[in-house]
Amino acid sequence: MDITEYIKLVFTDYTLRTITLGTAVLGAVTGMLGSFAVLRKQSLLGDAISHAALPGIAIAFLITGAKDSNVLLLGALVSGLIGTFWIRGIVSKTHLKSDTALGLILSLFFGFGMLLLTFIQKQPNANQAGLDKYLFGQAATLVESDVWLMTIVTGACLLVLLLFWKEFKILLFDADYTKTLGFNTKFIDILITTFIVLAIVLGLQTVGVVLMSAMLLAPAAAARQWTNSLGVMVFLAAIFGAFSGVFGTAISASQNNLSTGPVIVIVAGVFVLISFIFSPSRGLLFKQIRFIKNRRDLQLHKTLSFMYHIAETHDNISHPHAIKILNNFQGFTKGTLQKLVRKNYVKLDGSMWSLTEEGFNTASNLYNQQTENNE
Amino acid sequence: MSNAQIEIQLIASLVAIACAIPGTFLVLRKMAMISDAISHSILPGIVIGFFITQDLNSPLLILLAAITGIITVVLVEYIQKTGLVKEDTAIGLVFPILFSIGVILIAKNANDVHLDVDAVLLGELAFAPFDRLLIAGVDVGPKSLWVIGSILLITIGLLFAFFKELKISTFDAGLAASLGFSPAIIHYGLMTVSSVTTVGAFDAVGAILVVALMIAPAATAYLLTTNLKRMLMYAICFGVFSAISGYWLAHWLDASIAGSITTMLGFIFLMVYLFAPNKGVIAVLYREKQQRTEVSLLTFLLHLRNHSEEEERHVNHLNEHINWQKVRSKTVLELALKNNMILIENSVVSLTKKGKDFTSQAIDYIITNEDSKIEHMKDDFFLFRG
Repeated sequence: MDITEYIKLVFTDYTLRTITLGTAVLGAVTGMLGSFAVLRKQSLLGDAISHAALPGIAIAFLITGAKDSNVLLLGALVSGLIGTFWIRGIVSKTHLKSDTALGLILSLFFGFGMLLLTFIQKQPNANQAGLDKYLFGQAATLVESDVWLMTIVTGACLLVLLLFWKEFKILLFDADYTKTLGFNTKFIDILITTFIVLAIVLGLQTVGVVLMSAMLLAPAAAARQWTNSLGVMVFLAAIFGAFSGVFGTAISASQNNLSTGPVIVIVAGVFVLISFIFSPSRGLLFKQIRFIKNRRDLQLHKTLSFMYHIAETHDNISHPHAIKILNNFQGFTKGTLQKLVRKNYVKLDGSMWSLTEEGFNTASNLYNQQTENNE
Repeated sequence: MSNAQIEIQLIASLVAIACAIPGTFLVLRKMAMISDAISHSILPGIVIGFFITQDLNSPLLILLAAITGIITVVLVEYIQKTGLVKEDTAIGLVFPILFSIGVILIAKNANDVHLDVDAVLLGELAFAPFDRLLIAGVDVGPKSLWVIGSILLITIGLLFAFFKELKISTFDAGLAASLGFSPAIIHYGLMTVSSVTTVGAFDAVGAILVVALMIAPAATAYLLTTNLKRMLMYAICFGVFSAISGYWLAHWLDASIAGSITTMLGFIFLMVYLFAPNKGVIAVLYREKQQRTEVSLLTFLLHLRNHSEEEERHVNHLNEHINWQKVRSKTVLELALKNNMILIENSVVSLTKKGKDFTSQAIDYIITNEDSKIEHMKDDFFLFRG
């Protein structure tokens, strides 16, 4: 199946439409909430929670014996929340650092989950197959009701974000100030954390435990590079997330043997890479270009100021001097000299140069005032 | 116990020791999550190595995977250095992407390759004894026993050789650098050892559970001691204990060995987290309560000192004026009485000489505000703590 066929099928084929919609909605909601996780320096929380959700899934299955994904997700949510608050407890009550707490909860919960899963597999209950899809995720198992659930959660999340926008924002950037203003910081904190956990749990079925953290982080990290405004960042992250979902599904559907989760993550990774390199204000490419440009300007100024110091000692500022008294230590190259000539600061006459009136004035003010030609 | 059972327990214990040593330093250096990242991102290294050698236990595989581990660390540090995102975001971005590449590599070649993601991620210790190492046709034991055994030997050798360098650079990187130890070499050395250990152990316990064996024993030990050597010893003991008890738990439940080892680790951590003598949650909560009462006592005594009027020193006044609950004022009063700091006559409280001494020193403390002083003072004056 190639891409054009895929596009045709998206509108006609039930499975493909469901999966595409599902991954798009999932990408949008994780991108949105991921922005908060990234800015709160809780990026790895997503990884820890997604692993911590596993025992919840297993226990929910053990209790109900049903494979209804909503019940399992509820179990995952509870277990994820327990994990989150235990991490908080470890960090606040002991001297263990947050990275240790995250790693602990992640691995211990996951190991316990594995124990339960293997225990379930040995049970004389033929109904257990398919629980391991939560490990690596299988977008193909998405059905319409799952997509509806995701959409409802996304809607609720949007509503809460809009309602508590100013609280979230102020808590994000200045938690102490928020407290002094009289907001209930604990409540806001728990609210946003719960939504992050909810988004992670929703994604487990699609991309799985291991890759969930990238779904949360990548769109937000990419969006962060393009803007300094929280609103724009959340919006961009949602867009990036949704597109990662759609493109990832398209690519994995058009190839054989490609599971959707990893492809979505790699597409999101490409978004991040592009943002890192090409973002106009923070990107590596433009930063490098600005760096080179500044260095050239500096060399130009160095040559000019050297000339100025020579010209200063003469009555006539346009007195000609030999080119060979200039050397590389003053940033002199043929290129810089040509540039100075082009700017009309210097006149060339054979192997002699002389400063013009304009060049002299510029040079004397070089370090006194900002020149306008910074860019 | 059959031969295979002993071998499994031996492998598990060796893995636990081999993980606990680098794990202790990772926890102390606040790099615990790096081990998680490495354990995931070695997947593409393993896959590529497997395509080349077609053997899960070949040394080349370990080398390639260890290189992937180092690449992960370098990538994370590079991204962090650009200042575009924070360190944790960098970690969270790098390893899922590398892991995805590994998964896709496996999926694209799944038809002719005997390797699946579950095996790498979860491992199966129960099969380890069946993969024997034959030297000149003689059976010398399970392959993974030899692999993890040699890794452990190297780790212990390095630990003894560079113990003081590791110690100094962990606790004071600046001092280590000024003494002429290169922090970079020690850092990357530790990363290499962690990667190699992860690779050597993934076969037996699976990549994610390596993380548990690295972090959990070290974190548990850290709650019990602040001495590096003791912490290493405790971590090794916890690791080995959970490895062996985990094996029997798995045997009893008929479940995954790696999973039950982790569960045992989790159980030990939970116990220590709750009941550790100084740093456990219960001890911390108790101490917080004690300090609260003692601060209240101090406030109360200062109040008494500042007021000579009888109505200000009446017992009922405590509830009214200082706005304390009945229970709280009762505790404070009893504590003060027990310590002979106050006298109560006709429900009017007055300070004893000892109480006066205590309050004047307490004022000194409040003025100079030196934290160390107050604990000595409490030891001097208190017969009973709050």
